[in-house]
Amino acid sequence: MSKKITFVQGNEACALGAMYAGLDFYAGYPITPSTEIAETLAVMLPAAGKKFIQMEDEISSMCAIIGASLTGNKVMTATSGPGFSLKQEALGYAVMAEIPCVVVNVQRGGPSTGNPTHVSQGDVNQARWGTHGDHSIVALSASNHQDVFKMTVEAFNIAETYRTPVILLFDEVIGHMREKLIVPEEGEIPLVARLRTSLKEGVNYHPYLPREDGRLPMSDFGDVHRFNVTGLYHDMWGFPTDKPELVQELLRHLIDKIENNVHKMTFYKSYFLEDASTILISYGSAARSALSVVKQRRNRGESIGLLELNTIWPFPAELVRECTQHADLVAVVEMNVGQLTQSVKLAVGTQKRVHLINRLDGQMIIDKDIKRILRILQGRGI
Amino acid sequence: MEITRYRIIFSGSGGQGLVSAAIILAEAAVLYEGLEAVQSQSYGAAARGGATRADVIIADGPINMPKITQPSILICMTQEAYSKFSGLIRPGGLLISDKKFVTTTRRVDARQIELPLYQTVVSEIGNPVVLNICVLGALIGMRGIVKKGSVEKVLADKFPPAFMAGNQMALDIGFEMGFEYAE
Repeated sequence: MSKKITFVQGNEACALGAMYAGLDFYAGYPITPSTEIAETLAVMLPAAGKKFIQMEDEISSMCAIIGASLTGNKVMTATSGPGFSLKQEALGYAVMAEIPCVVVNVQRGGPSTGNPTHVSQGDVNQARWGTHGDHSIVALSASNHQDVFKMTVEAFNIAETYRTPVILLFDEVIGHMREKLIVPEEGEIPLVARLRTSLKEGVNYHPYLPREDGRLPMSDFGDVHRFNVTGLYHDMWGFPTDKPELVQELLRHLIDKIENNVHKMTFYKSYFLEDASTILISYGSAARSALSVVKQRRNRGESIGLLELNTIWPFPAELVRECTQHADLVAVVEMNVGQLTQSVKLAVGTQKRVHLINRLDGQMIIDKDIKRILRILQGRGI
Repeated sequence: MEITRYRIIFSGSGGQGLVSAAIILAEAAVLYEGLEAVQSQSYGAAARGGATRADVIIADGPINMPKITQPSILICMTQEAYSKFSGLIRPGGLLISDKKFVTTTRRVDARQIELPLYQTVVSEIGNPVVLNICVLGALIGMRGIVKKGSVEKVLADKFPPAFMAGNQMALDIGFEMGFEYAE
């Protein structure tokens, strides 16, 4: 693959990123505004000798990629709000059984069928806690197509490294708009391959016995080793257990493998933070408008900066705390009722007030919206 | 600060090919002229017969805001689109409409140019399917947003060779009509 300039939708950039990462298998059920991901992969995967399946619904799509991953493939599915709700049960199974997979949610207005062709960022906390039970999860976001591509590749890398589902939280504006994407050359973004066991046939393989570094080598299901996979708490052979010490040990492992590595999976961009007294925090398409405001205000000499988070979960609390410690005013720009604002507040602490700048009507928040609220927050009136 | 060259809205009804025209223009700018462009469009009911719009922003540097609030150039290919969007235009901007579809009624603070695009395409090519390419030709004839050759390259990349002759004719006709109003 050589460096190539393209002009594509965000959804296509995601599909291209997945192909770059080595996607082998996609199963999905089309839904606006994520459909172009399936459309693009329906052409690209078979052309590369790989598999694309349109399933009967979102639940089966999620189950299909879990099965395909277990047999040794890099897998992905894509959906939007209502479909993401349907995937939650199987998503929890992938968390529990530690099955690498990438789930794209191109967010639209909810709840329910909501506002299908319009933008929202209302699934941020669903990504975190949509499936039941204590667990950790990884969710990445992007505000431009170069980052959509990169975060898609990183999603596969994290999924393989930590044997976990990774959610790509995009939004309607990013998914549908077209802009330039320079497709990176082969090797420009390092890829993580599936870690497979070196144990030969006939040697006992323990699918859930972590190595010293915490990683769990996999054996392609249906190949030389026989093992059990379950959504129940399980022992190192993968068989169900309710032994209290094993239950606690597994739950801690599922959470710690993510939370102890937050710094390794934190992707972000900072703009003019060094001397900023006002700091905006944003992600996804909202971050484009936030950046526009920061550039306009900087031109007028105001000390304002932007922290754009590409990693939403695990929440990079330490980064947010460090970046905001000298700020007088912190405002989170997002298109929901303040879903990430809550996490920012916890990270920043009670000494400082954290404000929400949002829009909820299905329209993209623009620079004027942000400036209007910012003026009030800065005590300058409208 | 981003240096925006053009903020263009193509408006009309679903099926007129205006979204395609917008994409072709943006691709010509990005792929063949080294410019930055962002293109977006309205989805939903608008795409199935109502007033549809496609936005294209072209600039020398990064473009943050993908949606246009105040177009510098507005193209209206239906009366409904004209009524809906003509109020948005930036004072002193350029408004291009088709004589057959739009009667310019409003007092719009813009240079309004009405062209018989549809009529000419039907009489000279006989197939209104290439009307969108004619619109694009008129636009770049009037304002040298991108070179005609760049659009031709995109057309050659995007469509099968069998369509090239019709598209080329439509582009040429539009370009000539637009060029009469070049600034």
